Amino acid sequence: MIPELGHIALILALTLALVQGVLPLIGAARGIVGWMAVAPMAAMGQALLVAFAFGCLTYAYVTSDFSVLNVAENSHRLKPMLYKVTGVWGNHEGSLLLWLLILTVFGAAVALFGRNLPETLKARVLGIQGLIGVGFLAFILFTSNPFQRLLPVPAEGRGLNPLLQDPGLAFHPPFLYLGYVGFSVAFSFAVAALIEGRVDPAWARWVRPWTLAAWCFLTVGIALGSWWAYYELGWGGWWFWDPVENASFMPWLAGTALVHTAIVVEKRDTLKSWTVLLAILTFSLSLLGTFLVRSGVINSVHAFATDPTRGVFILAFLCIVVGGSLALYAIRAPALQGVGVFAPLSREGALLLNNLLLAVATAAVLLGTLYPIALDALTGAKVSVGPQYFNTVFIPLMTPLLAALAIGPLLAWKRGDAAAALRHLAPAFVAVLVALGIGLWLLDGRSLLALLGLALGAWIGVGSLCEWGLRVKLFSAPWAESLRRARGLPRAAWGMTVAHLGVAMLVLGITVSTTWQVEVQQVMKTGETVSVGPVQFRLLGVAPVRGPNYTAQQARFEVLAGGRVIREMTPSQRRYQQPPMETTEAAIRPSPVADLYAVVGEGDATRGWAVRLYWKPMVSWIWLGALVMTFGGLLSLTDRRHRIGVPARRRLAPAAVE
Amino acid sequence: MKRKHKRLLAVLGLVAGLGVAVSLVLTAFNDNLVFFHSPSDVAEKRVATGKRFRIGGLVEEGSVKRNGLVTDFVVTDLSNSVAVRYTGMLPDLFREGQGVVANGQLGEDGRFVATEVLAKHDENYMPPEVAEALRKSGQWHEKPGDHANLKPGS
Repeated sequence: MIPELGHIALILALTLALVQGVLPLIGAARGIVGWMAVAPMAAMGQALLVAFAFGCLTYAYVTSDFSVLNVAENSHRLKPMLYKVTGVWGNHEGSLLLWLLILTVFGAAVALFGRNLPETLKARVLGIQGLIGVGFLAFILFTSNPFQRLLPVPAEGRGLNPLLQDPGLAFHPPFLYLGYVGFSVAFSFAVAALIEGRVDPAWARWVRPWTLAAWCFLTVGIALGSWWAYYELGWGGWWFWDPVENASFMPWLAGTALVHTAIVVEKRDTLKSWTVLLAILTFSLSLLGTFLVRSGVINSVHAFATDPTRGVFILAFLCIVVGGSLALYAIRAPALQGVGVFAPLSREGALLLNNLLLAVATAAVLLGTLYPIALDALTGAKVSVGPQYFNTVFIPLMTPLLAALAIGPLLAWKRGDAAAALRHLAPAFVAVLVALGIGLWLLDGRSLLALLGLALGAWIGVGSLCEWGLRVKLFSAPWAESLRRARGLPRAAWGMTVAHLGVAMLVLGITVSTTWQVEVQQVMKTGETVSVGPVQFRLLGVAPVRGPNYTAQQARFEVLAGGRVIREMTPSQRRYQQPPMETTEAAIRPSPVADLYAVVGEGDATRGWAVRLYWKPMVSWIWLGALVMTFGGLLSLTDRRHRIGVPARRRLAPAAVE
Repeated sequence: MKRKHKRLLAVLGLVAGLGVAVSLVLTAFNDNLVFFHSPSDVAEKRVATGKRFRIGGLVEEGSVKRNGLVTDFVVTDLSNSVAVRYTGMLPDLFREGQGVVANGQLGEDGRFVATEVLAKHDENYMPPEVAEALRKSGQWHEKPGDHANLKPGS
């Protein structure tokens, strides 16, 4: 009964989405107020219906209702409750329903929080959200219905894959989708602006918070995915330039560019048509990402759905959305001329450079991701693009961007003084020299790239602090004054500093962990000790161990530093029965200084055991850096100026007593 | 300098920069394209030695020999097979009778020296390229989940 209710809710949502997509747009064009007013109500209604449908599916999972095909294929009575719930989105149909849910919730949020948007703009934005919703609802109802029944009802479900019962993997999709789908709001705003023929600073002030929020979520989503790969796949790697990873990274790159360019539109009323184009492209990349992952066209460690009809549907949807919006852009963009002029050396110039480099980087990643698919489709040749391509291209593009990162905020709008900016960055120069010095001393001439990374990390880190110091007049005014200024700094300024510090952490984490990592792969017998960087691992023994649903061979290692035992680590190889599979459970000791990572493989007492041991310095800084970046973004979101139009609660002066 | 000239200079600079970026991208691209070949391709001499490529197929039953960290096995697409040597720990899903894709190059002795052996997290492991290669060899009858019936050379 409940799944049928869910199904009906989706059908109702489709009709409502059609209404939401058509009426407000016509209403805005013709000035029919009643039709425009339909939009917010329809958006909220749709969100409720889809939430209800999602709730029905969750109910089916929680009660292990195996008469629903989706539940039977992806769940199991013995699954812990947490994973039953997270399993709702751990499959194709369910994850699409999650996508749709987030889309409609964002639409409803725009309806709720956008009370102060001009009526026509709001109607158009919600109308376009509605149209996107129509596409996804149609996709779900016609090709990926999660509520399909299965008769006869099986006694047990098939979905007990232990790899999916993992917190990192379970929460990675919601964050990722909140990011991807959040960019739909920027897209809707952009298309609405094109239809209106007008982009003004107020538009940018409305678009930026939504984009920033989506960006924050996407950053967390990607970081979660990377961290999961690190601890689960057992090879200590955290980024493989895998097509599915790229599918989420490209919207992130474009989204970062968008967040920065929206500032220029807001403050200086220029770069408008570029910003609109970027908003369209970012969401298009999100849709492309969805298509790539779900159509079976990619061969990767994570590929999911492999049904060609679904692929064709999404491709058609993608063509309509992207093609339509780009066509609209081509027609309407010339009307969006800005009035701001700026010198190349200015804050606008720096932000433009930021965008340019990010755009080229995105295009390069896109090329590497799509080329194998295109070639296969055209010639049947099977080709793959090695990770080295991406590294070779990405690093030279990011280097000037990261170098400019410290200088940009110090340049004035319209015409900046580079000399003054560089003077303010004197401490950063010193930091770079120190970093280079440390690097050279530790490296003995090994890697230029490592020196570059260290220099950039120090430059950005100290440079951001210099900019902050300048704002609060650190060292040039009394402490009390600086403190007062710091407290009065707009949250957006804090957000920028924190986010950029996060970037510095990320750069340093990547550089240090990649350059100075020590990996040892060998066969060890019980009692043997092996040196891995500054620590030693002693194998105490390997013994069988029994878990709740698996048996394992567990190795016990003692880790010694300077002769003292600092830790015991127990990596294992697990064998599950249901479904039969083997997994490697790495033992990791995380720490801001260095991670210890141990993996045990095949072997026996006589021949010894194959082991892989790592000492990974500062690798946690990668994810910590991403979290700090997100925190910076969140700080920016809470800036007072984003709550425009909310009437300040004024303390009314007491009425004069007559 | 007149504004017009400044703008021209800026545009030229941009184009030059873009040109550099594009040539960088394309060069890196060409150097890193890795082709996939089946054991039949290798047997019929369609592959150059010394160039990195990917080979994929099924791991021939009974061909896996481990010696410490070095593993020798045979990759087959049911018409032809190629011997592979890999030094290091193999991924969890590596098993006889299952699909495998290895990255590396062909040595002088005809043995493929793998630098990477790839696995996917699915117990019904069959990457599309391998499935394609097997189908091309004409020897494979698709039976989902029933790998025990696949025997080379029949």
